[in-house]
Amino acid sequence: MNNKARDLKNTKGFYRISWGLLKKNKLAMICLFVVLFLTLVAILAPVITPYDPNFQMIKEKLQGPNAKHLLGTDEYGRDILSRIIYGCRISLSVGIVSQLIATIIGFGMGVCAGYFGKKVDAVISFIIQVFASFPFLLFAIAIMFVLGPGLNNLYIALGLLSWTSTARLIRGDVLKLKDSEYIQACIVGGGSHLRVILKHLLPNCFYTLIITSTLGIPSAILSEASLSFLGLGVQPPMSSWGSMVSGAQAYIRSATYYSIAPGVAIIITVMAFNLLGDGLRDALDPKMRS
Amino acid sequence: MPKYLLKRIAQAIGVVLVISMITFFILNIVPGNPVQLMLGDFATQETIDRVTHEMGLDKPVVLQYLHWLGNMLKGDFGTSYFQRQPVLLLLGKAFTVTAKLALSSYVLALVIGVGFGIIAAVFHNRFLDKLLMVFSIAGISAPNFWIAIILQIIFGLKLHWFPISGVRTFAAYILPTIALGTRYAASISRITRTSMLEVVKQDYIRTAKAKGLSRLQVTMGHAFRNALIPIVTVAGADLSNIFTGSMLIESVFSIPGIGKLFLDCIGNRDLPLVEGGVMYIAVICVIVYLLVDMLYTVIDPRIRLGGENE
Repeated sequence: MNNKARDLKNTKGFYRISWGLLKKNKLAMICLFVVLFLTLVAILAPVITPYDPNFQMIKEKLQGPNAKHLLGTDEYGRDILSRIIYGCRISLSVGIVSQLIATIIGFGMGVCAGYFGKKVDAVISFIIQVFASFPFLLFAIAIMFVLGPGLNNLYIALGLLSWTSTARLIRGDVLKLKDSEYIQACIVGGGSHLRVILKHLLPNCFYTLIITSTLGIPSAILSEASLSFLGLGVQPPMSSWGSMVSGAQAYIRSATYYSIAPGVAIIITVMAFNLLGDGLRDALDPKMRS
Repeated sequence: MPKYLLKRIAQAIGVVLVISMITFFILNIVPGNPVQLMLGDFATQETIDRVTHEMGLDKPVVLQYLHWLGNMLKGDFGTSYFQRQPVLLLLGKAFTVTAKLALSSYVLALVIGVGFGIIAAVFHNRFLDKLLMVFSIAGISAPNFWIAIILQIIFGLKLHWFPISGVRTFAAYILPTIALGTRYAASISRITRTSMLEVVKQDYIRTAKAKGLSRLQVTMGHAFRNALIPIVTVAGADLSNIFTGSMLIESVFSIPGIGKLFLDCIGNRDLPLVEGGVMYIAVICVIVYLLVDMLYTVIDPRIRLGGENE
């Protein structure tokens, strides 16, 4: 019990120190606010959008930015700003849900490989190698081809393909941790494997999971945009930034503005997550701290 | 060294075999009868059954896989359902176009990425470093298909400097090359900078400076050489990613490469071409990873002399 209390105290201290370090990183803090702002925009989308994102006003099609439509309208007369706000929902949800799936698979695989070692490690390491050798986009396209386009299938495809980096890092962490005295004490004291994994290894690997999932979100967002651009992601009339760029491609001569806004939205979101991930890594990873 | 290389080659063959299994079984659970798709809506059931039998599609899936794998090993990737030409021939033709685009983008990414990375590390924490890193983070964050469209608008439609589609002339390759290379240049520049900054803290760099070597000699002869391993890892992964990344660029610029071929055959469910395309690109990627591992042994003597490096 004493040990547990000490562990808990140390854990709190660790995260408090990390938060202090993160707060000192101005760029990361700005990005944290951007991410929180985007999350708020995604949640409040139905309230803050000036128009229904799917409402077609054919008479007002392909209008440039104006007082009525701040970012203009698309080929069906739909308000681009409203569609971008709804697109934020899609991008963030794909990023977060697919990374949640990837993190669960990655942690499970990594912890099993590191903790059980020997044959289990050999098999899992080989599976990791196979998945890491998959050309990501190609297999995402192949899986979407099999599952069919749609939001749920996007979560599954991107989650299934992006767990390997998490698994590798967790395996490394567990290999270092499993010989620690408190883990050995728990095993000697009759603690089950599940208890060791969930009570001791999970909290100690948590910072790795935070870093990998934060850095995984932007690549998932970019993959979703790419798949939607190719018509294999979110299906119309649902708005996705990738499919909006795809739609704009046909009008680059007559409506240049149309392709700019969704691309800028992707860059801001991906950049914010990338820089926040970098900041979190600097603050949370003990190696980076030293 | 030979033991390490043999182990890596055996692993690579194993990886290709597993990828072939996954590819075949995943693509064979696609709903819809490919024979029906190939023959169209007006084909009779009798014709469908006959063609299914002729193509061996009525056999158990495991036998179909072994047959497919055996044929592939002999260089027979099957015949496209719709283009009625051998898959390997179609892939080979498209690959020459993609290879030109991918390799030119890769060279651009390497030159700019490594150059910017070294400059940023040398001018660490100064204005130039910060400026280059803003460009690199923007390059990593921007989708390449969007960069392609913006380049088309600016340099194709507004300035009329380059064509915006096809690859008939040398000039037509320039915009796709920049659009495809930007992201990889950005990632290589970031890893080059990080790796260089790690290395310049080492004692041997201080020793080199103390010996009175010039800044250029210390940077290129001592720091860059020792910073190479992480750069090669990222650059190696980028080389395989660039082949798949080219799909989007080929789609934007209507380039008849392997990516466009693959996307077209996905669209009309041309299964032999999809399977062949996946395997073709997967094998290229595995070979690239293998070459990168071999390159490690050249760069880092510890791997060459001491077996596998963690």
